[in-house]
Amino acid sequence: MFPGARRPDRRRYVDTHGLRLAVSEWGDEGAQALLLAHGGFDFAGTYDGLAARLADAGYRVVCWDQRGHGDSDHADLYSWDADVRDVLAVLDSLQAEPIAVVGHSKGGAVMTHLIQAMPHRVKAFVNIDGIPTHRPPPDVADHERTRLLAQELSGWLDHRRGASERVRKPGTLAELAQRRQRMNPRLSLDWLRYLATIGARKDAEGWRWKIDPVLRPGGFGPHRATWDLRRFASLPVPLLGILATEPEPMGWGTDPSEVEPYLPKSARVVSVQGAGHFVHIEQPDAVAEMIVDFVGAAR
Amino acid sequence: MTTTRLRHSHIDLALHQVRAGTGRALLLLHGLGERSPEAVPHEARSWPGPVFALDFTGHGESTMPRGGGYTCEQLMGDADTALGHLGSATVMGRGLGAYVALLLAGARPADVRGAILCDGLGLAGGGPAPLTPQIIFANPDGTGTPDGHALAELARDVRPPDYATAFLRQAAQLSGLDQPVIVCAMERPEWLLAVLQELDREPQTQEEAIAAFAGAD
Repeated sequence: MFPGARRPDRRRYVDTHGLRLAVSEWGDEGAQALLLAHGGFDFAGTYDGLAARLADAGYRVVCWDQRGHGDSDHADLYSWDADVRDVLAVLDSLQAEPIAVVGHSKGGAVMTHLIQAMPHRVKAFVNIDGIPTHRPPPDVADHERTRLLAQELSGWLDHRRGASERVRKPGTLAELAQRRQRMNPRLSLDWLRYLATIGARKDAEGWRWKIDPVLRPGGFGPHRATWDLRRFASLPVPLLGILATEPEPMGWGTDPSEVEPYLPKSARVVSVQGAGHFVHIEQPDAVAEMIVDFVGAAR
Repeated sequence: MTTTRLRHSHIDLALHQVRAGTGRALLLLHGLGERSPEAVPHEARSWPGPVFALDFTGHGESTMPRGGGYTCEQLMGDADTALGHLGSATVMGRGLGAYVALLLAGARPADVRGAILCDGLGLAGGGPAPLTPQIIFANPDGTGTPDGHALAELARDVRPPDYATAFLRQAAQLSGLDQPVIVCAMERPEWLLAVLQELDREPQTQEEAIAAFAGAD
């Protein structure tokens, strides 16, 4: 138990081309739906605080564990295209009419692609600290940059070579919470321990996070955040951008003045003072109120 | 032809020994939608050592994954799994396999002793910049590999020229080879034009490329 947080009222599964996604729902099934997307390395339960508040405000709140995360199947492959296709499978299980969507971090980026691919399925978009930033890479000499990339690549490939035998490290709930705090340093150990009871399962050796051990933070690839940023201006739905102000490891470090030129003129951007990347966990009441006001106005 | 099963992440890969021999291996990477050849291709017959060919994920005798999610980086991991088994190899790729061969040459410069980039299906990918986002639906036709998701997703993945040249530079700086990559392809998508420009060498025939790497350390 965690004060203000509530486990979903309903759980169900959705099939996405042979893969099973776990879907959580809070609130009245007949109410207006809100589709939430969690960030990378999170799971639907990380919305237990925000979703409970939105449900209490009269919404049917729906979130799925992304492939490889939470209670969804570990996938054979992971990609951006696959994540966006998965969102559509969840959305198809809900309604054909346009829906209001909320995405945190990577979840915001996934929703951005959903809106661009299927604009007729979305009527409003709340992006929680997921607007990419336009920041040039560190100014290093070409030769040095090449070596940095080489280390990153061989590290990634070494991880892949051993990935089939990899398992998540077991521990007590307190140990899992402490480990997670390294990436989520602003979140309390009480909250992280609560998350561990949902996002981890217990076996003979202890608790282990459910997330697929093949997944690994960081990485590389041809994709650039600036490509997404440049397409923000063309998003054809009302947009509320909620930005964190306190820097931390998982955050994008987005400066509002950097992104404003790229946003639609009608977009509303709110910087939440004193909050880090997990702004909806640090300040769930404030974020819920912003979402309710914004989605209510977009009706 | 003997086949070895190799595990890459959640995938079982089929690595075929197409011809036995001693010395450094030639590793063949097929094009998009293809599978490994059953015999050594004509152009590679003069290779002095053993010849292997890898079926990529969702192709040939390798695992057909559920729910798609292909990337070229993941296929680079496939090729790296084969490379780990072989120790070191010269890599000859067709189309999609040529792009993957370049990535692997940059990522494992000590173990890839030359990459030969040849024409084949899937050489261009989705071009140098992202297309309008689209949700790809593949309808696997029930006949097995190649996976419909592979055909759809790997025909549109973005391949920026400077991303390709970053891998080339790594191969050039870290492999110790005089020419780590030889281009044989007639089709020149933007990533390959950038590679050619950076190489500052004329394209060669596949036979010339085989001869060049057969003699390299």
